[in-house]
Amino acid sequence: MPIKNSFSRRAVPYFFVLPALFLTIGILYPFILSLYYSLTDYRLGSAAIEFIGFKNYLVIFSSASFWRSLGLTAGYTAASLVLQIGLGLAGALLLNNDVKGIQVARSLIILPLMMPPVVAALMWKVIMAPNGVLNYLTGLVQFSWLGTNTAALPSLLIIDTWIYTPFVTVILLAGLRSLPQEPYEAAVLDGGSPWFIFRTLTLPLLKPFIFITALFRTIDSLKTFDIIYATTKGGPGSSTMLLQVKAYFESFRHYSMGSALSMMMVLWLVIFVMSRVLVGFWARSSRQALGR
Amino acid sequence: MKNRPRQNAKDTRKKVLIYSGIVLFLIFALFPIFWIFLMSLKTDKEIIASIPKFFFRPTLENYEAILFGLKAAGTETSRPDFILYFKNSLIITSGAVIVSLLVGVPAAYALARFKFKFKEDIAFTFLSFRFAPEIAVIIPIFVIYRSLGLYNTYIGMILVYQLITLPLIVWIMRGYFEDIPDSIEQAARLDGYSWFSIFRKISLPLVKPGLASTAILSFIFAWNNFIFGLVLGAKETFPVTVGTLGFISYESVLWGQMAAASMVTILPEIIIAFFIQKYLVRGLSLGAVRG
Repeated sequence: MPIKNSFSRRAVPYFFVLPALFLTIGILYPFILSLYYSLTDYRLGSAAIEFIGFKNYLVIFSSASFWRSLGLTAGYTAASLVLQIGLGLAGALLLNNDVKGIQVARSLIILPLMMPPVVAALMWKVIMAPNGVLNYLTGLVQFSWLGTNTAALPSLLIIDTWIYTPFVTVILLAGLRSLPQEPYEAAVLDGGSPWFIFRTLTLPLLKPFIFITALFRTIDSLKTFDIIYATTKGGPGSSTMLLQVKAYFESFRHYSMGSALSMMMVLWLVIFVMSRVLVGFWARSSRQALGR
Repeated sequence: MKNRPRQNAKDTRKKVLIYSGIVLFLIFALFPIFWIFLMSLKTDKEIIASIPKFFFRPTLENYEAILFGLKAAGTETSRPDFILYFKNSLIITSGAVIVSLLVGVPAAYALARFKFKFKEDIAFTFLSFRFAPEIAVIIPIFVIYRSLGLYNTYIGMILVYQLITLPLIVWIMRGYFEDIPDSIEQAARLDGYSWFSIFRKISLPLVKPGLASTAILSFIFAWNNFIFGLVLGAKETFPVTVGTLGFISYESVLWGQMAAASMVTILPEIIIAFFIQKYLVRGLSLGAVRG
């Protein structure tokens, strides 16, 4: 009896996890396959697959367009992080004031976040069109925001920022509202200026929340695809050819699956490293915020 | 007493600053949606007017065109397929959420309650789906689906959407189960309940609100997905996101109908978003922030 009992007790968790585990293995199989394909010359439609080792990687590492794409992706991610954390924090501080009607504002702010990025991008494509309302409002004449080499990437950043700033705001607002009140009362009694209180009290306590949002925003920015596909498709030229977009065209237009997958393995590695770094920051700032 | 009026003036100034900041922020967040809504009520002629019109006589012909397939003025073709795409999205997204709930909630419970080998590895595997670039998984899945006949099928779509819904549900629900005090379940165990009946009769009812909001949130995320449908589907299974893009193609640009389609696409989400606000934070951060 005790033996059976202890066996069934140990088996219970696996019983609960089992269905999910099966599904997970089903999902993991393609992951492994993608790693394998990246080491082959696999082309869609051709029957023969040859193992070619790291040749795909050597080819992309010696290709200027790959490095350019990687650089664009990194720059895009960095810029969107700075913009969105900055604006998002400002929004959270604003919405943290308990003034009349603030609940309505807090509800309305999440709307951009709820819609499909593709649809949001299409909306902006209309707004940014040469005869669109943005030119009308800014006084520009027939300016093509998404069709000009130098303006396309910044325009995409505007769209990206519009979609995801509410995400940062929502999380940081939750962070602000969870902060302990006592240190603030003490600081106000001591006559600290608002900026001083923000810098020495709010910011350190808010850091764990900032790093968590930075983590999610970094991962998703590195993977940006939808909004580019809906607007510029990587153009004009290759001025907005971020890595996932490049890999999409490489695979589903040129059918070079092996080569596309080798790029994706590199991107995956970058995402993995970046998420490790940010999770580390997050853990350290959480310990500091808790005073340990 | 003496500095009262000054204090009041300072307060008023602060309030004005706060309100104007909030209004600016709201304009930034809402103007594009408002503008596209206006556009959906315009004729194509009004849309391409060189000076954008804020005032005009609204028409429903764009909505009629996408919902009933009526010919909109000035455009020869309309896309009655939109209804099909909407239906596809409903089937795929609800299917994906249901499968993820059936499979993911027990897993989340186990990850929250039990100690067992490889626990954190399993949990991390779920999470890693969220981190992988979609193209990296989609290429092998495309190849596999072609050979298994799952390409352009609802079942194939529901399976691939697990990449979105499963990690979300497992990680968020794990947090909700962890919030249930151990003592409640221990008391039930002493009363002779089995693990399974504790899960079903005690823990599950306790996390109900969290469960509902998590299901809704994963529905929204799945609904918003674009790339899986684009690559793994064709006309018969295209979700609404891919369908909306179809209004702008090389042959024709149907701005008004695209705007109407956008509005119809986001309407269900806007309505349900208000109901899950309280749970949004936790959902968006995969449970990392306990809002």
